[in-house]
Amino acid sequence: MKKLSLNALNRFFGEIAEKQTLIAPIERAGQVDFGVWSESETVRLDVLKTVKSAKGAFFPQVEDMVRFHMQGKNIEINPSEVMNEDFVIFGVRACDARSFDLLDRVFLSDPVDPFYAARRAHGTVVTLACNEPEETCFCSNFGIDAAEPAGDVSAWIVGEELYLRANTEKGETLIKDLEDAAEDAAEETKKAIRAVTEQLPFASLNLEGFDGEHLMEKFNDPAWAELSRACLGCGTCTFVCPTCQCYDVRDFDSGNGIQRYRCWDSCMFSDFTLMAHGTNRPTQVERFRQRFMHKLVYFPSNNDGLYSCVGCGRCLSKCPQGLNIVKVIKALGGDK
Amino acid sequence: MQEMIKERVLTLINEGAADRVLAWETGEFFYDRTPKFFDKNNVNDLKYDSFCGANVTKYLIAEMPKEGKTIVLVKPCDSYSLNQLCTEHRVNREKVYALGVGCRGKIDVEKLRTMGIKGITAITEEGDTLTVSTLYGEKKVARKDALLDKCLCCKGKEHKGVDEVIGDSEETSVGDKFEMVAKLEAMTPDERFEFWRGELSKCIRCNACRNVCPACSCIKCVFDNPKSGVDNKAAADDFEENMFHIIRAYHVAGRCTDCGECSRVCPQGIPLHLLNRKMIKDINELYGDYQAGAEIGQRHPLTDYTLSDDEPSVVHERGGANA
Amino acid sequence: MQDNIIPMLGVVTAIRTDTPDIKTFRVEAVGGGKCFEHMPGQCAMLSIPGVGEAMFSITSSPTVKDYQEFSIKKCGCVTEWLHQMEVDQQITIRGPYGKPFPVDDELLGKDLLFIAGGVGLAPLHSVINYVLDNREKYGKVDIVYGSRSKEDLLDLPEIESSWMDPKSEMNVHLTIDRPQDNWDGHVAFVPTYVKELEFTPDRTVLVCGPPIMIKFVLQALTELGFEKTQIYTTMELRMKCGVGKCGRCNIGDKYVCKDGPVFRFDELGELPAEY
Repeated sequence: MKKLSLNALNRFFGEIAEKQTLIAPIERAGQVDFGVWSESETVRLDVLKTVKSAKGAFFPQVEDMVRFHMQGKNIEINPSEVMNEDFVIFGVRACDARSFDLLDRVFLSDPVDPFYAARRAHGTVVTLACNEPEETCFCSNFGIDAAEPAGDVSAWIVGEELYLRANTEKGETLIKDLEDAAEDAAEETKKAIRAVTEQLPFASLNLEGFDGEHLMEKFNDPAWAELSRACLGCGTCTFVCPTCQCYDVRDFDSGNGIQRYRCWDSCMFSDFTLMAHGTNRPTQVERFRQRFMHKLVYFPSNNDGLYSCVGCGRCLSKCPQGLNIVKVIKALGGDK
Repeated sequence: MQEMIKERVLTLINEGAADRVLAWETGEFFYDRTPKFFDKNNVNDLKYDSFCGANVTKYLIAEMPKEGKTIVLVKPCDSYSLNQLCTEHRVNREKVYALGVGCRGKIDVEKLRTMGIKGITAITEEGDTLTVSTLYGEKKVARKDALLDKCLCCKGKEHKGVDEVIGDSEETSVGDKFEMVAKLEAMTPDERFEFWRGELSKCIRCNACRNVCPACSCIKCVFDNPKSGVDNKAAADDFEENMFHIIRAYHVAGRCTDCGECSRVCPQGIPLHLLNRKMIKDINELYGDYQAGAEIGQRHPLTDYTLSDDEPSVVHERGGANA
Repeated sequence: MQDNIIPMLGVVTAIRTDTPDIKTFRVEAVGGGKCFEHMPGQCAMLSIPGVGEAMFSITSSPTVKDYQEFSIKKCGCVTEWLHQMEVDQQITIRGPYGKPFPVDDELLGKDLLFIAGGVGLAPLHSVINYVLDNREKYGKVDIVYGSRSKEDLLDLPEIESSWMDPKSEMNVHLTIDRPQDNWDGHVAFVPTYVKELEFTPDRTVLVCGPPIMIKFVLQALTELGFEKTQIYTTMELRMKCGVGKCGRCNIGDKYVCKDGPVFRFDELGELPAEY
């Protein structure tokens, strides 16, 4: 275990930033979100839920893939470079840290996605325990311990000190020059965090029946129609979600060649599955169902029972109309 | 007030004056509200309180092909949206019973969170003070500090064109609604550009603003057309997001009632209503004060030509007919 | 390293007009030869930068050494562009994607029945020619192919000269939906014709066509005593990545681009009917 006074944090950040890009929760235009750190930025380690999740560090909202130059009947193909510089993402919470494992299941499974793989290889993840979990948090349902976040380095704020523990070689390198501290320095803080998480309103949701075996039963549940009725069909839940990873591939005429890029997409959008001859999910009922079935049934069916939800609770606080995955779990899960 | 509303709704349904009611239900937290249709069997779950900030009128569009009449609960601000939807023939007023409900401003839980209040478990209201219980103790907050932005520059507490009103309202406006627009107008073009770049570059293109907007009622939106060239989701260049919001503001100009839903729903906290309010301010200055949705059947100044109309590009900005 | 999602160049070396709305494009690598090897039933992403990218089944058999062919019906942005292009146009291509028909295992030695409607012949075309080139490895072969009219029958010259050649030892049953002047062959919808032909349920069936045709063919086959485990089809859904990641072609716990597009009907029965 290492330690660092919170007063010295900016100096530590400065040292990191000299060598590599540092991403941290910073406040801009009234919102706290992960962004590139510089001395003039305000870091907000007190804010639990950045408006967007940390997934953008590895799966950016927009990512160039290839550029084409067209000349008569000929085409020149110039693939984009994959990430080739090291970076650090600081202040990732336990839930978002788990989301990286889930994204790995998608992007690092055969065939490996080269862009994602390069970002993962070059990124060092520093996590931060959640001293004050919120009422919208429900990570414990997915075996996540907010007091013991994963990552290359785990960190705890105790009073005016930040304690850091390296979990990997990458992490070791990052914090090796910091002052040594007692291994159990954060134990009291961990206990306090766990005491709160146990009390949270959704600390134990009944996820019974959300598995591949009950796929058709869940799919055909009549509850979907009423559950989805108020759904606006916007992409808010998808875009704030740390595990949603569907993407679109689009072409943009830059005036200097055609830029092909991928960007976040949402199965909640009406055109998601639209083809020339129509769509296989014609109404919001089917689209809404797809999003939650994917997280709670299809994904676990393909991934050893792992749910594609980490309980960060962003969808609970951000859905304009008060819809969210907890509502779905309650309506269709073991407690229905 | 909630109980009075339920009772009245039930009476209306039992008398055969209506078949269902469009209102709100409680979600997973004491503070979240989901728009919902109730019939007489479940009307008891209807919720109306300080958290019903959502404007439900747009849900009536999908209801129109159905048989029977729908009661819709409208706050004063929502009544303008209902009228505007009727003016645009998206809602048939004869199939709607507009039940005005009193309003003293709606609470924005996100605002409490921004104040650093975490783990909210209950809120009790006493006069102008909110007592917020949290997992980490109790906090007192002035009610006006916790209201939705739209309530702070409210159009007034008069329901327009409703069939009846239940409950009292209380003024919540705290100032001139064009104050921020005027501030933006006073900026240099560079400062203003900087402001909007800062705000609009946060856009994640979730389309919540468009999908919730009662004025955005096109069956197929131009941004959903892959052949339009402007249907980008997240754009290749975030500058394009400016275009999405500006085009949207133009499309609803003259029809936007300033209901504030766009800013309420934005997950990125972009003050989108300011774009629309700038349009409203310009329209007011050019053609005289106009409030969209004040009554059914109005023609808004941008579609209503009179010989005395200003020609904005010639007369107004450039300071003279031949300038 | 980026091969699986970054395309390579292809050149369109021949364009054949098959029907009023279907053309067949021959694609080769720049400098000649195939862009990559594939198996019957697999697909490839073709694209014209700036217009879009779309998934098409590879129509030619892997036994063709020098090129790949795609029979494409004009119906959307990309296909419209492809239909107006000229020979020597470069396009981008990536693949092959998906699971092929099990030509080298489950289908070996079996009596085969191919049933196709309209442009649905395109994916089966690859299998049929593969079977023809390895004729000794398979039993009886029957092909039922129907279209709206004679003009809409895809690959008619090839069908008549090659598949209907007695040396091929294949029985071809053509049909069109409505009678017309220059047609003295059979007139019936494909499912009806399948019933009329009274196939015995010892065949392995490969079917592809419009969803409504597939539905009724399945009904007809069931009536004839076929089991779902004997019938294969190939599916089409919106796709973007081709590698089971972008999420678009997800149905149940399957991705059509990766786990399909070839499915056996008993496998489909375990999936939500969202196709």
